[in-house]
Amino acid sequence: MLSRTADNLYWMGRYIERSENNARILDVAHRMSLLPSLSGEHRTEWQSAITISGGEAHFAEHYGTPNETNAVYYMALDRDNSSSIYSCLRAARENCRAIRHAVPTEVWEAVNTTWFEIRDMTQNRLLSRGAQQFYDWVKERSSLFRGVTVGTMLQDDSFHFSRLGTFLERGDNTARILDVKFHILLPMGEQVGGALDYYQWTALLRSVSALRNYRRVFGSEVVPSRVAQLLILMEAMPRSLHHCQAEIVTHLDALGVAYGKRHECHRMAGEAHARLRFGKIEHIFDVGLHEYLTDYVERNANLGVQIARDFLLTREPVAAATPAQGQTPGMQTQTMGGMTQTQSG
Amino acid sequence: MTLPDGSVRSVYDHVDKWLRGAAADRLDLKRREADTIFRRLGITFSVYTEGGDPERLIPFDIIPRVFGAEEWARLSQGAIQRVKGINAFIRDIYHDQEILRAGVVPSEQVLKNDQFRPEMRGIDVPRDIYAHIVGIDMVRTGENEFYVLEDNARTPSGVAYMLENREVMMRLFPELFAAQRIAPVDTYPTELLRTLSSVAPPGASNPTIAVLTPGIFNSAYFEHAFLAEGMGVELVEGQDLFVDDRTVYMRTPAGPKRVDVLYRRIDDSFLDPQAFRPDSVLGVPGLMSAYRAGNINVANAVGTGVSDDKSIYTYMPEIIRFYLGEEPILNNVPTWSCRNDDDCKYVLDHLDELVVKEVHGSGGYGMLIGPTATKEQRDEFAKRIKATPHVYIAQPTLALSTCPTFVESGVAPRHVDLRPFVLSGDQVRMVPGGLTRVALPEGSLVVNSSQGGGTKDTWVLEG
Repeated sequence: MLSRTADNLYWMGRYIERSENNARILDVAHRMSLLPSLSGEHRTEWQSAITISGGEAHFAEHYGTPNETNAVYYMALDRDNSSSIYSCLRAARENCRAIRHAVPTEVWEAVNTTWFEIRDMTQNRLLSRGAQQFYDWVKERSSLFRGVTVGTMLQDDSFHFSRLGTFLERGDNTARILDVKFHILLPMGEQVGGALDYYQWTALLRSVSALRNYRRVFGSEVVPSRVAQLLILMEAMPRSLHHCQAEIVTHLDALGVAYGKRHECHRMAGEAHARLRFGKIEHIFDVGLHEYLTDYVERNANLGVQIARDFLLTREPVAAATPAQGQTPGMQTQTMGGMTQTQSG
Repeated sequence: MTLPDGSVRSVYDHVDKWLRGAAADRLDLKRREADTIFRRLGITFSVYTEGGDPERLIPFDIIPRVFGAEEWARLSQGAIQRVKGINAFIRDIYHDQEILRAGVVPSEQVLKNDQFRPEMRGIDVPRDIYAHIVGIDMVRTGENEFYVLEDNARTPSGVAYMLENREVMMRLFPELFAAQRIAPVDTYPTELLRTLSSVAPPGASNPTIAVLTPGIFNSAYFEHAFLAEGMGVELVEGQDLFVDDRTVYMRTPAGPKRVDVLYRRIDDSFLDPQAFRPDSVLGVPGLMSAYRAGNINVANAVGTGVSDDKSIYTYMPEIIRFYLGEEPILNNVPTWSCRNDDDCKYVLDHLDELVVKEVHGSGGYGMLIGPTATKEQRDEFAKRIKATPHVYIAQPTLALSTCPTFVESGVAPRHVDLRPFVLSGDQVRMVPGGLTRVALPEGSLVVNSSQGGGTKDTWVLEG
């Protein structure tokens, strides 16, 4: 397999996951906006959605104050927002198109059909169909993608790269949702476990499909530290940081075996995994949840960079005599697989 | 399909019977089925500088074009002979230039040709083969009478359509294949792989081969991917390769992997920004240094364009006689070069009978079909010829054979040409088939796919 193919597989996984995460973020904002609010504007709900997606500056520049209409448009359909659901599904499709010959037909058809549906979506159609239905549709398409990936792909290195993309993206997203929502629901100084709005916490849990799981594990009383425990430390919870990290380690280990070589990314992933595996929620709150999550997001991003470097996914010069090894950090952040256009002569 | 007296040629017996028995609506149904299959398989062709569907289909005609075994044997001997001549010519041009010294081909035609690559002087390539894959465009004008229109010795395309057209025909009309023995073509990717492996640099015992494409936005990308997959080798872009110590490697997640033979589908000038166009982002910096060092072979070789240029075409019969000492089996179309004053005068006087083309043109652009052009078009073209005579050549319009074709008004005769593919390595190989292109508008002689031409499956009956 070529490194470029691996890169396309990895970004296909990431972009599909990112589209789903956007839908989840919008979904939770939507649910929260249905509650009565003091100002009657729900500005914080939509503001936080934008913040989680990391698009604050871009949004402020082009749209100003967030409300439901512009936030939904920005995160779902805006072609100029490279992280909108529309852009993610297009990028996933371009990545998949570049490697059509390397994946089963079902994977291509799932990704391609999804693209054709979002391509024709307008704000009016989205709202008339119901925003909720739209978010469900995005989640279903993502589930379908995961299903055909796991169910039809040869579980060789190509599969591992696609799955790495999925879990790096998901871990990043769960950490961001937690960080922003805890900040809003538990402002500075307030005691953990203090007064809280039951509905808001359940909306947060719902957004990561964790409400029923929470109840099965902890019962019906929603306690913030337990929410954090579930979404950070519980390995059995599919969207928790621990689960994502364990998957990353699994797939990196499989690549290490397949290629007979381990790299710096293996060490970094293992270290992050150990911190989650042996971590205690009390210690996390002692450090400060915000600090802990910020640190996680940063390490996760660095891991992504290191993976790209170790498997030659970047276009950094390589000396053939000395196989790839850790290089000066910060040289290159990420390649945009499939999005670099070639010119033909 | 028919003889001058109107009777059906015997090789078409089955097809004729089938056409008579099939209702028009059934044929139409089958045609739409074919479109669906092509689209599903993703066999599309993109056309530069045109709006509309960027992934459009080339029109496919469901009525095959048929060759008899004997006819094919003669045609393929002729094609193989021609390719041997081409390879001997290119080797000579980049070594001793005997043919120039003998005055058979004028020196300035070669040395001042912008397809001549001085960088190739004195480089020895494995087995002395330069044009490993050649597509020869030819037309049939009568029993055992073939004319070559053009040689394609750079990066000829279209072979994927030969293979996919057959695939689709076998799915749609299995009964036709059961009724007669039609020579298979699906060994082409294997033959191509054998050919490429046989020209690996000495010392590469189990050579790594890769197909180099300009990328997904190239009109023939589908074919590049198709051939790479068919051979089971990597499809690479320039960015996937790098050169270290005059050796070419591809980037893989397992580490750098050495490449021995590159089947490149990129023009010479984009291959290596250090040797040719410095602005090329498609190529591999340093590739030529590795090539010169003999650490990689490139197919087709750099500089083959000097042999398939329309101005060299005129000399092809002489080239075959010079190197092979044989009489050419395939005919050349009489050609007038407007660079010669006498020829130019003749062309201007007979514009209504001739086809005029640009020497370096391709894709059916910038040409005049005299007999069907209006007076204004001919006058306009005459001005262009007078302004730059050296870029034009002219040929008579040939009485091209026609083949029944399913069009709007039903089944009707349309003009066809043929591009078979000749592979040269440890031996010269030719799969029994080729790409038949058909001019769809009534009376049209232009079969080029960027000008609305279609394709057909090409059958060679086994004797």
